[in-house]
Amino acid sequence: MTKHTKTMNLNFGPQHPAAHGVLRLILELDGEVIERADPHIGLLHRGTEKLIEHKTYTQAIPYFDRLDYVAPMNQEHAFALAVEKLLKIEVPLRAQYIRVIFCEIGRILSHILNITTQALDVGALTPSLWGFEEREKLMVFYERVSGSRLHANYFRPGGVHIDLPSGLADDIYDFCKKFPKVIDDLETLLTDNRIFKQRNVNIGIVSKQEALDHGFSGVMLRGSGVPWDLRKSNPYECYPDLNFKIPVGKNGDCYDRYLCRIEEMRESVSIIMQAIDKLPKGPIMTLDTKVGPPKRRDMKISMEALINHFKLYTEGYHVPKGEVYSAVEAPKGEFGVYLIADGSNKPYRCKIKAPGFTHLQAMNYMIKGHMLADVPAVLGSMDIVFGEVDR
Amino acid sequence: MSDIYLNLKKIILENKEFKINSIELIHDNLILNCNKENLIKNIDILKRDSHFKFRQLIDIAGVDYPQKNKRFEVIYLLLSHENNLRISIKICIDENEIVPTLTSIFPSANWQEREVFDMYGIKFADHPDLRRILTDYEFEGYPLRKDFPLTGYKEVRYSAEHQKVIYEPVKLAQDYRDFDFESPWDGSDYIKKEQDKLEKN
Repeated sequence: MTKHTKTMNLNFGPQHPAAHGVLRLILELDGEVIERADPHIGLLHRGTEKLIEHKTYTQAIPYFDRLDYVAPMNQEHAFALAVEKLLKIEVPLRAQYIRVIFCEIGRILSHILNITTQALDVGALTPSLWGFEEREKLMVFYERVSGSRLHANYFRPGGVHIDLPSGLADDIYDFCKKFPKVIDDLETLLTDNRIFKQRNVNIGIVSKQEALDHGFSGVMLRGSGVPWDLRKSNPYECYPDLNFKIPVGKNGDCYDRYLCRIEEMRESVSIIMQAIDKLPKGPIMTLDTKVGPPKRRDMKISMEALINHFKLYTEGYHVPKGEVYSAVEAPKGEFGVYLIADGSNKPYRCKIKAPGFTHLQAMNYMIKGHMLADVPAVLGSMDIVFGEVDR
Repeated sequence: MSDIYLNLKKIILENKEFKINSIELIHDNLILNCNKENLIKNIDILKRDSHFKFRQLIDIAGVDYPQKNKRFEVIYLLLSHENNLRISIKICIDENEIVPTLTSIFPSANWQEREVFDMYGIKFADHPDLRRILTDYEFEGYPLRKDFPLTGYKEVRYSAEHQKVIYEPVKLAQDYRDFDFESPWDGSDYIKKEQDKLEKN
């Protein structure tokens, strides 16, 4: 007599707390072993690319905050770089440093969220309580510079919107001095924690070759031992002037990716401190008045400046015809914008390359043969945020 | 940067294996235009040849030009880690043409091709699983085509009467307003329309 085995289908999400948003996973289970995983995405699809085609270049920036909403300014950065390439404008040095400071703050924001929620998914509550306290402090820095905690809308093609308010640089520096202690505390909770290791070591292993084939980037690639970071390989802004290391994993499992993120946070802290030390004086927006707005003071006394301001904030600037791809090292991986301009004041096409999209695609490959309980661990280590996956 | 890409352009032009229609280099973005029949072969050379080693497919982007003879463009973005190079390959296709799939060369092409299919309705031959990906289950139409309205056709709400979520045609309290801020001296659309009317009379 043959034993008849049947696989069971399990619907994971879209409201599951460990699905990190609105992921619907259809799992085919043989007992507790996963045979196949079919992620259904798009539950948070808002048509960002379509909307951007109908907005001027300035109006398109806030949509980028809403992609990966845990590190908003890194996204704006990719778009600003693409528009700057097409316009062929230089960004003043001070603006470059300010951008780098806030991009690294974004990286810390994202990594704290990821590490602590990954820990939460495998059963550790305390790290998230400690980590979120620090995130709150960082979001206050966002608020002080842009007026909002999350959807900053701070970077502009040509520079940044306004200069740092007085005292902010010192406060960020203060935070950077204290923050490594918090990372140490988080590490004492997690790094040698027996349960955390049991849930993460040797889970979701990705080999070097597979990571390349599946189009991985960021920590997912570095965790598998590929030393690739756009800040080093394609340096943009003032990254060449700053001294930092690229942490690389060995085994390509969930635990290595966790360690990479911890080390990246330490590097980010050091980058921010160096950038504040070197922060030069000067303008924060390009002096090309076709792109940058006129000074507030000039607008009070000069009619032309007032007209210029009005035209810039209604019609916007026209971007010359061309196609360009620009990418930044966002906390989750390579975030890119393929921008096609047709010479008008609106982008003709703006394709957004979100790292999470390609990572989540590999879910089936990574989870096959693992146990059901490993799904949250693998998902957590991928660092998925649905704002950018669904766009 | 651009010296590297000029050099790459030279190597590609000298290589007789490639079947390329034209090659452009703007803003460090090297674009190879080729026919869809030669797409797989060209990408295969780019992936394997030691000069290039474009081993990662970054993204696939569709573009819609309704006024053009061949309506759609599909752009493949490739990256080489070893040589630190990027390249784009572009094909132009009609509405009814079917594009060969890249899933056998790059597993990551699977979802990216599904997205292009979802947004533009471009079909890929031999794709293992060509379903819609980002839009709703049973969605109709291709949202990123230029003739698809920004507001869409259907809206969703919970109906207490039916005790379920229902689909209805979009009803807007106010029409979608597409402001035209272009300078009147450059000839905004509404001025051009007025002028056309006057000329006809």
